[in-house]
Amino acid sequence: MTRCKPLLSALALYLAMLTASACAANARVAAAADLKFAFDELKPLFEKAMPQHSLELILGSSGKLHQQIDHGAPFDLFFSADVSLPKALVNSGKAVAPVTLYGLGRVVLWSTKFDASKLTLQQLPETQFRKLAIAAPEHAPYGARAKEALQHAGVWDKVQARLVFGENIAHTAQLIDTQAAELGIVALSLAMNNKLKSKGGFYLIPASYHQALEQAFVITKRGASNTAAQDFATFMRSETARQVMRRYGFVLPGEAAH
Amino acid sequence: MLALSPGAWQAIWLTARLAGLTTLILLLVSAPLAWWLTHSRSRASNLVAALVSLPLVLPPTVIGFYLLLVLGPQGAVGGALERIGLPHLAFSFWGILVGSVIYSLPFAVQPLREAFGSIDPRLLDAAATMRASRIDRFVSVVLPLSRSGILTAVVITFAHTVGEFGVIAMLGGSIAGETRVVSIAIYDLTQAMEYGAAHRLSAILLAFSFLTLLSFYAINQRVMSPIKPR
Repeated sequence: MTRCKPLLSALALYLAMLTASACAANARVAAAADLKFAFDELKPLFEKAMPQHSLELILGSSGKLHQQIDHGAPFDLFFSADVSLPKALVNSGKAVAPVTLYGLGRVVLWSTKFDASKLTLQQLPETQFRKLAIAAPEHAPYGARAKEALQHAGVWDKVQARLVFGENIAHTAQLIDTQAAELGIVALSLAMNNKLKSKGGFYLIPASYHQALEQAFVITKRGASNTAAQDFATFMRSETARQVMRRYGFVLPGEAAH
Repeated sequence: MLALSPGAWQAIWLTARLAGLTTLILLLVSAPLAWWLTHSRSRASNLVAALVSLPLVLPPTVIGFYLLLVLGPQGAVGGALERIGLPHLAFSFWGILVGSVIYSLPFAVQPLREAFGSIDPRLLDAAATMRASRIDRFVSVVLPLSRSGILTAVVITFAHTVGEFGVIAMLGGSIAGETRVVSIAIYDLTQAMEYGAAHRLSAILLAFSFLTLLSFYAINQRVMSPIKPR
């Protein structure tokens, strides 16, 4: 038994460490996946402006994040791609009014294989486009708008058999980025990212093709007493934050389309 | 290795914690359960055996979905915890620990059942005639003879929990340091198109899994050959 002693004490130390828990960021932000690149920039800007705070980002489809908050997920802020979801959380008492609009989103046709800037939705039934990626319309607002745009263009029935669905809009962009799908419909805010922009052109789908993507955030019930959450909400109204959002193609509240 | 981000290290440590605790809990739970399943001839044992094996055939989404409902604030368990002033378990480390224990249960019970079942009952009878108590018989006869099965249970349970994804994806919410284990972190990284970071974590998981199984088979072959009664 004695020769096992170092092993046993290492095991005991490991077991003791198992029950220790890690320290957490002081505000958890659940954000629609179209905000991925914008928030990659906003997070360090906020943490630099307010060094006492740190943010943790959790990205997903708005529908999934809404469902998680509804089931008690410990998020302090919810940035949704569709205003109806934060409103529903306020109505059910899971979030605290006000619901604040932060931008109008747009959808684009994007490809890393073809020059999508020279394409229109009407060309999508052509057989060279074997797979077309959109986000899941059931729970991703960008997917729902993509479906509406395809229906408006009169091609939904023709392309339906060739659709593949991303779990959220960043996943959809990944499907196109890896060319698993030749092209697809993603958020303008993702296509505006320098890394992705260099890989392929995009075609901005007219806003009249789909219902407006009114994007809004809300502080959850859990975040109501969290100063970091409130400070980030204030930060989102600052000119610094608005500049970043503008650069990612969002039409900001109170501003005309550009 | 050094190129890993603090977030990646956090995910690795979290995964080690989760797998370690799951293995420890499952050893304590599975040993008496497997012993009972090996020796019980009641009809209830078939029922329990079927329940224990369910995670082998159920999609992780089903387990994750029901656990989310049961452990969440409106669920039977989560709601009861909230009423006595404790947090509910959805989207927490303790929640995915419950999920992992259920999900890996058959992987701990099965090797122990096989080990216990292969013990010659005459050895136990002999020990009993020497007035060894039930516990003494279990510790001095059953456990040493089952060491290969126990090692199998430990290694497979740990490795299976490291490789878990679906249940945690449904139940965890990808919270850093709480529920963002390595498999979830890789999923998030690929979705965010951060392929380099996803590759590094994936390669680590691949190497870990392979080396674990390789050393397991090597040890089992050389050292752990069962002791033959003389």
